[in-house]
Amino acid sequence: MTGSTLLRRIAPQLLTLAAVIVLVSIYYPAFYQIVYVNDRLVGIPIDVIKRGAPVALLAIGMTLVIATRGIDLSVGAVMAICGASAAWSIDQGYGIGAALGIAGAAGLVCGLWNGVLVAFFGIQPIVATLILMVAGRGVAQLITGGTILTFDSDTFAFLGSGTMIGVPVPTVIWILTGIGFGLLVRRTALGLLVESIGVNLRASTLAGINSRVLLIAVYMGSGFCAALAGVIATADIRGADANNAGLWLELDAILAVVIGGNSLLGGRFSILASLLGAMIIQTINTGILLAGFPSEFNLVIKAVLVIVILVLQSPRFMPYLELLASRFKRSSVTRLEAGE
Amino acid sequence: MLLSTRDLTKSFPGTIALDRVNFGLKAGEVHALLGENGAGKSTLIKCLTGAYRRDSGDILFEGKPIFPQSTLEAQAIGIGTVYQEVNLLPNLTVAENLTLGHQPTRFGMIRPRAMQALAQEMLAGYGLDIDVRRPLESYSVAVQQIVAIARAVHLSGRVLILDEPTASLDAREVQMLFDVVRDLRGRGLGIIFISHFLDQVFEISDSLTILRNGRHIATHPAADVDRMQLITLMLGRELEEETSVRYRPEVTGTSADAIRFTGVGRRGRIAPFDLTVRKGEVIGMAGLLGSGRTESAEVLFGAVPSDSGTVEDANGAVDLRNPRSAIAAGFAFAPEDRKTDGIIAELSVRENIILALQARQGWARPIPQAEQQRMADDYIARLDIRTPDAEKPVGLLSGGNQQKVILARWLATNPRFLILDEPTRGIDVGAHAEILRLIEDVVAQGMSILVISSELEELVAVSHRVIVVRDRRHVSELTGADVSPDTILRAIAAPHTTLEAMA
Repeated sequence: MTGSTLLRRIAPQLLTLAAVIVLVSIYYPAFYQIVYVNDRLVGIPIDVIKRGAPVALLAIGMTLVIATRGIDLSVGAVMAICGASAAWSIDQGYGIGAALGIAGAAGLVCGLWNGVLVAFFGIQPIVATLILMVAGRGVAQLITGGTILTFDSDTFAFLGSGTMIGVPVPTVIWILTGIGFGLLVRRTALGLLVESIGVNLRASTLAGINSRVLLIAVYMGSGFCAALAGVIATADIRGADANNAGLWLELDAILAVVIGGNSLLGGRFSILASLLGAMIIQTINTGILLAGFPSEFNLVIKAVLVIVILVLQSPRFMPYLELLASRFKRSSVTRLEAGE
Repeated sequence: MLLSTRDLTKSFPGTIALDRVNFGLKAGEVHALLGENGAGKSTLIKCLTGAYRRDSGDILFEGKPIFPQSTLEAQAIGIGTVYQEVNLLPNLTVAENLTLGHQPTRFGMIRPRAMQALAQEMLAGYGLDIDVRRPLESYSVAVQQIVAIARAVHLSGRVLILDEPTASLDAREVQMLFDVVRDLRGRGLGIIFISHFLDQVFEISDSLTILRNGRHIATHPAADVDRMQLITLMLGRELEEETSVRYRPEVTGTSADAIRFTGVGRRGRIAPFDLTVRKGEVIGMAGLLGSGRTESAEVLFGAVPSDSGTVEDANGAVDLRNPRSAIAAGFAFAPEDRKTDGIIAELSVRENIILALQARQGWARPIPQAEQQRMADDYIARLDIRTPDAEKPVGLLSGGNQQKVILARWLATNPRFLILDEPTRGIDVGAHAEILRLIEDVVAQGMSILVISSELEELVAVSHRVIVVRDRRHVSELTGADVSPDTILRAIAAPHTTLEAMA
């Protein structure tokens, strides 16, 4: 993708993010302030990109799954499993490396399970991943023994609350993961092959694409992202809460992908746009708190904002916005789509 | 004039699809609309039926200007359409399909008896003896097609547009459909008929209108034009010869370097058969729809792997477990149904062309962007793929161009054995000739080809030998002088049916 087509692809998300930030700063003018104290950056924007880490990580994997015309409802539960695995490992006296390895492996195994159900048994993704969504929390409870498993490891806690050159570690992790996955799919042919099986699985298989293996790999990628998110969530509170870690986050992740302009029908995808979607969601979450509304309003306000964003981005509404934009620019817009 | 257009114009970004087209349909005539893919036939139909909004010009219905904003409005005015893929709901009953949207009701509840009676009444006069309570999908495509016509005629009743109605019908079913069409003509309907089968056009039409590049070229009574003139008008150039000229150079390969299939087959789909494919050989495969032609191709390509027999070449056994291994062995397969099995509609022409090659190379070795661009441009030029550029989504191209993109995809893998299932179905005359020429070219370079086709003339033109399939079994192989439309027809028909029933 060249620079200008990329910019055109993510323009709606950038504009939305800007609009949400402006909206929040009306209620909370100090929004933009960032200061550097005690070797770390402090400020609302920093808080947003830190707290948005789990959803951002989940959105990376979810983007790929949705691009194959699938969906992964299990990521929240997988977060709980992986967080519990990591906490258990630390508790058992393993080193940080082993704990991370076990958590990552747990995420990959969960993804493998989902992928096999979808690719080999032909179960619809929404049903296949629903199984682990429900069962996963049970597995996590078994690992934690039914309690909140706390641990004492500053190195592990660093992953949740530490900073690197002033930037929160969770932020560093999601940005690096995003870049890593982005390079992986766009510098190789994986992105094209994933889009291809998302658009037309049968034709892709006849063209020689190993669609089963590819599907499994995509679900494993999603599981791995969930593992990272689970580790961060666990490290942040220094304990594994099987019941609440990642609760409902799969829905925020799907929402981030959709706000990112990716079609639930599969095909073309943009990880960057999904990450912007995740940041939009987190800005809304933080903004509602800052604006000082009573907490019982939070979910309703969030819902209203999400609906407005989705309607504005919808294909039916887009031509009007473009028309408006072209009037502002007083220049002709050449890409008015031909109506069906 | 029942329905006419005056200076009808419609443009899309980058192209003028219709350029001041004048067209007139009389009551009680079958008027064929002809042109290559992309000539503007579909756009004209869509403007007439309200699916597209015209840019300028008039549409007159019985002399009065009309402005249909949707197909529903066009229906209410009296213009009904039946498409190639029947636009009905296969899992509902025939009666429900016929009455959908205007079911007889009482207190808002559908009255099943009255609905069935109405359906029966709608079907009267079409010569169909079917149970309207059974699901539509339990009947053949021809019957479904006639049900669709009955519905359109009942709802509209003045103008009937038939868009490629015969594309998936066999000879007998075509006659059944034509009987219905003649009857409707007798009742005073104006019928617009679109088809790529020129024989059928001459058989059924009273008038012909030819479009080319969005312009109206000519309108003639069908009796005044012959085949050659028609093709010349459609293409705008003289075609040296039609495809019926026999092309059969020597097969260069020997049996030593051939691919030998022995006893391959698949239970319930195609009985075990033997096949030896020599280098530079074109093998034709003929048979009725559903006779086992496509099933044979799927077994040969590993799309539905064989459950018996062996496959060998000069280097030993060939693995055909799935399409991937077949492609690795140098096989390629352009399937019959382009839309569901061929193109990746949302991806660009470039991506569609490189897809099979990229899949074979593996994900870790991406074809460099510049190389992709070069390949795409190369094939667009070589196969004359009509697209503004290589980045256009392939789903937006016309059928013939989509087929060329799929051919390009396979040629890019440089296969030794290419299987083409109905490569020219639904394709205009120009693209048709180009594809046959392409077959000659690649065969001259030593590629082997299996062509499945319903058009016997075409099979005879390109094949060294022809395999005839009947009732899911390879029943005969015609070689040398025996390769002629007549002998093929005889082999397809014998012994249960007679030639008369076939024609």
